[in-house]
Amino acid sequence: MQFWIIQTLNSLALGGLLFLLSSGFSLIFGLMRIANLTHGALFMLGAYVGVSILKFVPNLWLAAVLGGLVIAAFGALIERLILRKLAGNSLGQVLVTLGIAFILADFCLMVWGGDPIPVQTPESLRQPLVVGGVAFPTYRLVVLVIAIVTAFALYLLMERTRLGAMIRAGVDDMQMARAVGIPVSKLFTIVFCLGAGLAGAGGIIGGPILSAYPGLDADMLPLALIVVILGGVGSLVGAFIGSFIVGIVYTFGTALFPDLAYVILFLPMIFVIAFRPRGLFGRQQ
Amino acid sequence: MKRVAWVVLVAALTGFPLAGGNFYINLASQIFIAVIFAASLNLLVGYGGLPSLGHAAYLGMTAYLSGWLYLKLGLAHSLTAPLALAGTTLMAGIFGLFALRATGLGFLMITLALSQVLWGTAYRWASVTNGDNGLSGLTRPAPFGISLDGPVAFYYFALIVTVVSMWMMARFVGSPFGAALRGTRDQARRMSALGHNVWLIRWVTFIYAGFWGGVAGLLYVYYHKYIHPTSLSLTSSAEGLLGVIAGGSGTLAGPVIGAAIIVILKNYVSAYIERWNMLLGFVFVAIVLFMPDGLVPGMRRLWARWKARSPG
Repeated sequence: MQFWIIQTLNSLALGGLLFLLSSGFSLIFGLMRIANLTHGALFMLGAYVGVSILKFVPNLWLAAVLGGLVIAAFGALIERLILRKLAGNSLGQVLVTLGIAFILADFCLMVWGGDPIPVQTPESLRQPLVVGGVAFPTYRLVVLVIAIVTAFALYLLMERTRLGAMIRAGVDDMQMARAVGIPVSKLFTIVFCLGAGLAGAGGIIGGPILSAYPGLDADMLPLALIVVILGGVGSLVGAFIGSFIVGIVYTFGTALFPDLAYVILFLPMIFVIAFRPRGLFGRQQ
Repeated sequence: MKRVAWVVLVAALTGFPLAGGNFYINLASQIFIAVIFAASLNLLVGYGGLPSLGHAAYLGMTAYLSGWLYLKLGLAHSLTAPLALAGTTLMAGIFGLFALRATGLGFLMITLALSQVLWGTAYRWASVTNGDNGLSGLTRPAPFGISLDGPVAFYYFALIVTVVSMWMMARFVGSPFGAALRGTRDQARRMSALGHNVWLIRWVTFIYAGFWGGVAGLLYVYYHKYIHPTSLSLTSSAEGLLGVIAGGSGTLAGPVIGAAIIVILKNYVSAYIERWNMLLGFVFVAIVLFMPDGLVPGMRRLWARWKARSPG
């Protein structure tokens, strides 16, 4: 019983982290038509920057906000200085993001070294929550709550604000959006910033669960890709559902068949690609 | 003029081991492997317009299959090579079924995800792949009783395989099928309207590219006598893709030159600094920003301009 509860919570927490990572990935893809391959590296950079911030600011949540802002600013630089130069050349943009991902990964290795750096769980959340004789790891519950709150906030942003309406218009038909005077190129920067910031903050929030280690980027990026392939490009609901599917499949896969976790992960993806190539919630292009 | 150039090239390639030391001979062998790998990827990227970011899957799969069959089943090289290639080709056929549900960036993401799945499995399925330790204790084959253990012998073996591979790929591209393939790249809808089965053309190309990627993998595992999950990694796929793009995708000479540059850069630079991945990243960004067409088309343009300026 305890095993199933713990693993379920683990998978929900991983799903929550994946949502922080892949919601931005999905929005960027939907609006800018870029598969942002730096996303895994931004997540890792967020984790490492968070580790450094925690040395000065002993509060994980503050570190997550600050780190998220740092990564968001960095994302803005990437978008403004590099991706902007390659407008309209989506393959070129993807290759550039891949190049930046390599640079970032090596940069992290250079600055923070090759050993995994653990991140302490905040003092107040270390005690497990005991309900009816069953202990729940509190931090994982909190991560799940953060992901749900973020999802709700993103939903409100997209559906209830002017900015969200403009982004949706850009996702649906960029030329038309431009023609009616929506500043699409400004939206690009905003969405890229937002996605980078979420990934960076996700890296720190995931710290106590995953810790910061070289290769975190390569571990997270395929998960984000699978989430987006499953959920459908540019869809928040898809990213949300996809994250939890991947979180559950990956966690239980790792717990039950540690050797073949990656192969099991691959099954839902095959299923979706075979029967619904545009993803569960993707739109017909 | 052109014939002279070919004769010089053949003489240079044949005579190279006489002039170079072992370091350079081994470097040349590594270049041959990278050339086959990049050229096979170029079939998809350059001629098919299908940007694959998971081509290392075929190189690594063949290498692992060949190593595993040799170590665990004790099969002879004459059996492991065809079995490994057949297995890889079969896998390319299956992967193609999924990857070709999409084109463009969707295709790129699916090929990347598929190869990452193999990479992760190679790391974690330690009972089969030996995990992070890799498969070691492999040997090189001895075709017709000629040992390939020396660098010179291996150089000629790799040279022959490379020439055959390049010739086969050039034939493929030059054939009517190759013309149809370029048609699907440029005008998929029109090709479809003309009665071509676009999907089938792409699928066959996918399999063919996977097969030659596997041939590169076979040479790779013979050269190193060792195989590690990094050969399946995104870095490995990206090096191949960078070779194609740096040289010029959609040209026969492009990937040859691009792959050679990458291998030389990697060998020289890693002798001085550890940061190969960072340099690879910078080269990637620089090539895409400043030379999006690649070296070969760029040089060709310069050559044409020079010729136009100086008559005769």
